[in-house]
Amino acid sequence: MMAAVALAVLVTMALAVFRSIKGPTVYDRILAVNAFGTLTVVLISVYGFLSERPEFLDLALVYALINFIGTIAVSKYVEFSHMGRPTGGDELGDI
Amino acid sequence: MDIALEILSWGLLFVGSAFLVIGGIGVVRLPDVFTRMHGAGIIDTMGVGGVMSGLMIQAGFTIVTIKLALIIGFILYTSPTATHALARAALHGGVRPRGDETPEDESGQGNSSSKT
Repeated sequence: MMAAVALAVLVTMALAVFRSIKGPTVYDRILAVNAFGTLTVVLISVYGFLSERPEFLDLALVYALINFIGTIAVSKYVEFSHMGRPTGGDELGDI
Repeated sequence: MDIALEILSWGLLFVGSAFLVIGGIGVVRLPDVFTRMHGAGIIDTMGVGGVMSGLMIQAGFTIVTIKLALIIGFILYTSPTATHALARAALHGGVRPRGDETPEDESGQGNSSSKT
């Protein structure tokens, strides 16, 4: 039964990979990669229960945080071509 | 384990898996980047919430349950933030939502505040 959950996660990961390859704009690709990272967290957790070794949850916990930082950094870098100082006066400077 | 907890756990896992696949189909099939964010939001809230809640009931009261609750908390906190940043980046990069062009062309004051 737990293998069925893992299969659903894998199917959804395949759909996210399809969108990240096909996506017309770069924001579609960032969104698909973000969803893929979230699904990786779920897959690690489910695999920990599937193999009776729930110690994998530490990896899932770290991966959830790194996925968030990566998405923020990539969306800022794509938009402004640098990660540094906020652009003065522009309200969109600090996304 | 109690049979009621078993049924509740597998029900939550089934609902979570169904919402994961629904969100994945939404990410592929919806027509716009802003509507695709809705599909990704379904994955991040209902899918992850259902699957992780089912796993929490399976694990019982151990350290595993606390870790799963922490994962749910982190994802529920970071997913809207990442989606918001991505939507602002897309708007700033020139992507317009579908159906947003017509009042701007006709009257000139569709969303003129964000066009600087």
